[in-house]
Amino acid sequence: MTRSRYLGLLRKLGVIAITLFGLLTMTFIIGRLMPIDPVLAVVGPDADSSTYEQVFREMGLDRPVWVQYQYYLQAMLSGDFGRAILTGSPVVDDILRVLPATIELATVAILVGVGLGIPLGVYAATHRGRLGDHLTRLITLFGYSTPVFWVGMVGLIVFYAWLNWAGAAGRIGFAYDGMFESYTGFYLIDTLLSGNLEAFFSALRHIALPALILGLNSVSFLGRMTRSFMLEQLSQEYIKTARVKGLSERSVIWKHAFKNIRVQLLTIVALAYGGLLEGAVLIETVFAWPGFGQYLTDSLLMGDMNAVMASVLFIGLVFVFLNLLSDVLYTLFDPRTRS
Amino acid sequence: MKNQQTLRHADFPLSPRAGVMPGKGAAFLKSFRKLCRNPLSASGVVIVAVLLILAMAAPWIATHDPLVQDLSRVLSAPSAAHWFGTDEYGRDIFSRIVYGSRVTLYIIFLVTIIVGPIGLLIGTVSGYFGGWVDSVFMRITDIFISFPSLVLALAFVAALGPGLEHAVIAIALTSWPPVARLARAETMTFRKSDYVVAAQLQGASAARILFHYIAIMCLPSLIVRLTMNMATVILTAAALGFLGLGAQPPLPEWGAMISTGRSYMLESWWLVAFPGAAIMLVSLAFNLLGDGLRDLLDPRTE
Repeated sequence: MTRSRYLGLLRKLGVIAITLFGLLTMTFIIGRLMPIDPVLAVVGPDADSSTYEQVFREMGLDRPVWVQYQYYLQAMLSGDFGRAILTGSPVVDDILRVLPATIELATVAILVGVGLGIPLGVYAATHRGRLGDHLTRLITLFGYSTPVFWVGMVGLIVFYAWLNWAGAAGRIGFAYDGMFESYTGFYLIDTLLSGNLEAFFSALRHIALPALILGLNSVSFLGRMTRSFMLEQLSQEYIKTARVKGLSERSVIWKHAFKNIRVQLLTIVALAYGGLLEGAVLIETVFAWPGFGQYLTDSLLMGDMNAVMASVLFIGLVFVFLNLLSDVLYTLFDPRTRS
Repeated sequence: MKNQQTLRHADFPLSPRAGVMPGKGAAFLKSFRKLCRNPLSASGVVIVAVLLILAMAAPWIATHDPLVQDLSRVLSAPSAAHWFGTDEYGRDIFSRIVYGSRVTLYIIFLVTIIVGPIGLLIGTVSGYFGGWVDSVFMRITDIFISFPSLVLALAFVAALGPGLEHAVIAIALTSWPPVARLARAETMTFRKSDYVVAAQLQGASAARILFHYIAIMCLPSLIVRLTMNMATVILTAAALGFLGLGAQPPLPEWGAMISTGRSYMLESWWLVAFPGAAIMLVSLAFNLLGDGLRDLLDPRTE
């Protein structure tokens, strides 16, 4: 690595540090906006005034705001996000407990997005201006415009209530709950490792619909991005050369043009994965999927601000991390950045 | 006279983009016709027009009062009397959707007039002055962008308390950063151009240059961005309504209608199907419109 690349990396880390600091500040400010009295939430409405005073002081609310801010930063940086009122356990433990369900859902969804979106984008780019391109444009615009929670409900009505193809809410049929070892927290893998095929198919039946619907948005996103990346490549001179050489169209598209956009696509897929978290908040609520999104909305409706703020902060962290990851992937795999 | 004006407009473009900007009268009509020639953007125009008509003429179009309950007709399926069926209180869903268009437009309008000027101001100022001003503004923008907009809006509404106005504030707070980034990028391309330098040499103040020479030039791409943003605003507002954090019942907001209809959806599909289809159509319309406007106003892309 050259010196300038070290400097670039340092700069990037600096920006990330500032962003993280900003995330913390933002959650602190949002917490301050709260119209709910945080002391009352802890002591309950029946507490006498001396208890109230004591808790008020314990929470540091009698100090100036900047001192409170300092305490807040200290607590956050040492990984203390407080306790969730709903479960009574530390918020961090809660988040780690529900996370595998969301990762499993999002991973299957991103596979859907990649599997459908990228071929769609390549198809549109190679049929530019023709009917197929316009149809793709319409499909991707539909993907952008449909409220994901509504598609989820319509999916439940059609595929569960009417056709009975999909499993109902939850991650697996009740009968299989606890019937297999928990190795990874991912039901699709755990059931296979336990050799319980019936449970595996039950889990598959439950994950298929929400993952497919969650993936629709990334189909649109990846489809559009693939199309514009491909168009950029197809307009270049080396493509003309390849065609003049007499290569088959298939080899021009896949061996030449597509090969050059793989790195760009990889970074975009990382970003799309982050976008799935947003959809997961809604889809998990519709499908009663016991993951991170449902934890967030449950805490929201309970007014459990510790849990809400920690969850929001966590999502911010994941986003920053995925952005960083996409940069790193780009640097690692793009031959032009190699010295 | 009018003819002369158009002639002048075409022969001497006042700015590098005057030819494609929907200027006055005839130029605007010409652009509009061009927009409608593409079937996709034309359908976007039609749906938005229908939405506007629905909102303005709601009392005449709606077949029932959107708020009056009729407990003898609870959860009845779509029929000639109730085109889209009735909800759990016997209210007519078609009429509620018609009146709901007002809520939707209200949200879109408010968010856009908050986000447009703020994004434009922050973007042009940081693009024009550069240096530490730019660094500070862009770091703040980065922080806002590092949250997905729905999640940030959720956090704001959680803190402010549920309600339509709070949802509008939350959505506005989360949707200005992309606008600011765009305005900044545009400003950077104009900052050093000859006509701006000429104005500077004439002694124009920074404020004058920003508003009269730069902000104007950012408008075409800003309009495209804001139009596409409207589609996102609709979806976020509906999502907040669905989670019970946006508009509160009995207000006929489409997302809130889906939220209350959820408990009955397996037997009475029309409670969620129609409001959701309305959300999708309107959001799609703004996306189509934005897409068409981009091809028209911003020939660099595509």
